[in-house]
Amino acid sequence: MGYLVGIDVGSRMTRGVLLDEEGRVQAKTGRETGARLEVAAQAVLDELCQMQRARPDEVLYIASTGYGRYRVLFRQIQITEMTCHGVGARWFFPETRTVLDIGAMNSRALRLADSGRVASFRMNDRCASGAGRFLERVAKALEVKLEEIGELSLRAQNPQPISSICAVLAESEVINHVTNGATVEDILAGAHTSIAERLVALVRQVGAQPEITLTGGVSKNAGLVRALEERLGVKLNVSRNSEFAGALGAALLARARWQRLTGAVASARVQSCEASRDDPA
Amino acid sequence: MLVAGVDVGSTATKAALLDENKRVLALALVDTGANVVRAAERAFRAALAEARVEDWDVTYTVGTGYGRYRVPFGDAQVTEIGCHAKGASFLFPATRTILDMGGQDTKAIRIGDGADVQDFCMNDKCAAGTGRFLEAAAEVLGLKLEELGEVATQAKKPMKITNVCTVFVEQEIVMHLARGCPVEDILAGLHWTIAGRSIGLLRRVGLEPEITFTGGVARNAGVVRALEERLATKLNVAPQSQHIGAIGAALFAWERAAHGEVGKRNHHGGARPQAAGGGN
Repeated sequence: MGYLVGIDVGSRMTRGVLLDEEGRVQAKTGRETGARLEVAAQAVLDELCQMQRARPDEVLYIASTGYGRYRVLFRQIQITEMTCHGVGARWFFPETRTVLDIGAMNSRALRLADSGRVASFRMNDRCASGAGRFLERVAKALEVKLEEIGELSLRAQNPQPISSICAVLAESEVINHVTNGATVEDILAGAHTSIAERLVALVRQVGAQPEITLTGGVSKNAGLVRALEERLGVKLNVSRNSEFAGALGAALLARARWQRLTGAVASARVQSCEASRDDPA
Repeated sequence: MLVAGVDVGSTATKAALLDENKRVLALALVDTGANVVRAAERAFRAALAEARVEDWDVTYTVGTGYGRYRVPFGDAQVTEIGCHAKGASFLFPATRTILDMGGQDTKAIRIGDGADVQDFCMNDKCAAGTGRFLEAAAEVLGLKLEELGEVATQAKKPMKITNVCTVFVEQEIVMHLARGCPVEDILAGLHWTIAGRSIGLLRRVGLEPEITFTGGVARNAGVVRALEERLATKLNVAPQSQHIGAIGAALFAWERAAHGEVGKRNHHGGARPQAAGGGN
């Protein structure tokens, strides 16, 4: 049996997806990236193989993506996050026209052409405003767990505005709110509003068209999803595996590439992705 | 006659007490915290205590504060831009350009002969190039903020830091550390980067010499050196650089007092202040 692997080395998490030759998801895993990207990538690959009881030589093709994609030394190909998230989002929700990938350090909005190709994209790559780290820092300042902040923010009675878009300066604002007696829920609601506004601007810049699919680790935050839906005025697609969209896209593209190389299937890669979609994951 | 100036910064609140000859009698510094009025009162009281005088000895007090949070302290308020201009040209009369690097913002100010502000620009949107940037770096490197400048001077081969955003730089530092890069080389790179940000601001107001460096970050020798290297000129850095805004405020108070104005704390019998905060 042969396997295809996608590894997404993000700034906070490294995730991997392992497909079988038919394009079915057989294993997925993730771990914190830490400072040594090569080590994290290797650990994720090892774990995928272990989960599937696959020998290393059974892995036919490996695609890497994410900001650390060049540090995945065992890759056969590296692919940009944009392409991978586009493919991953389409696999989850075939009608996707716009993808908003909210990562720990970068967020990006993509508009997809009918073919699934990335028609245009915008990202915040110069600073962490509008990225997960903004919320991480707010969570840390408030001493609440990152996983809880979304739900907490939904219970706000009197949201407190956070005027700074800088993640570092926002922290000071949060501390001021705390000292002035604002509740954790109200401060969190303000923080979610602030980041949502940044993200909506990003989405509008690419000319958002429905359906809009959220990907990336921060897409699991219910408070942020609601804040975005309120502002965009549409329901957003969020898969329960949305944080794996990048790795999945990489794995699907690895499979397409491998098929092309071996001549097993001559079809274009997007078709191969779509064909695999209906398979039980 | 005594006059006082209180400068509420984002991180530290400074007070200066001057006598009728504009001699600095006392300087004080306290953490600002969340209650800016209370911080102003505490810094003011600390300066009084140091000079062993009472508040009714002070003829006039001028308060200054940072950007959005105007501090209703003292008998009058002057913008921090004006106070830095006043203080810098008092200590270094040939000053034409001021770089003020504070806890959460950085300002470049161009002034004329009479310490009149001709132009200024500031960065208060992002922590890059402010004290917070250095605080964050110190935390990641496991150093104290005060140690940064000293450690950086030991650098042999400064690292190039490619990011500007404080959050991204934190990550970049972690990567460099993981690769075994010496702390002092990383720090020297950081100071080089932060100097570049400030020089960008300085150029926007024109880089006329002499340049006086004020604010808390001016105490960091690594930043001073990086700025001097990149600008290829010496900077004026006073030992009391962090207090220049407060000194400038006190100088404004001196002018008011010299014109016969008397502040509320100086009224006969008005021994206890009625001002907001009121903490002792």
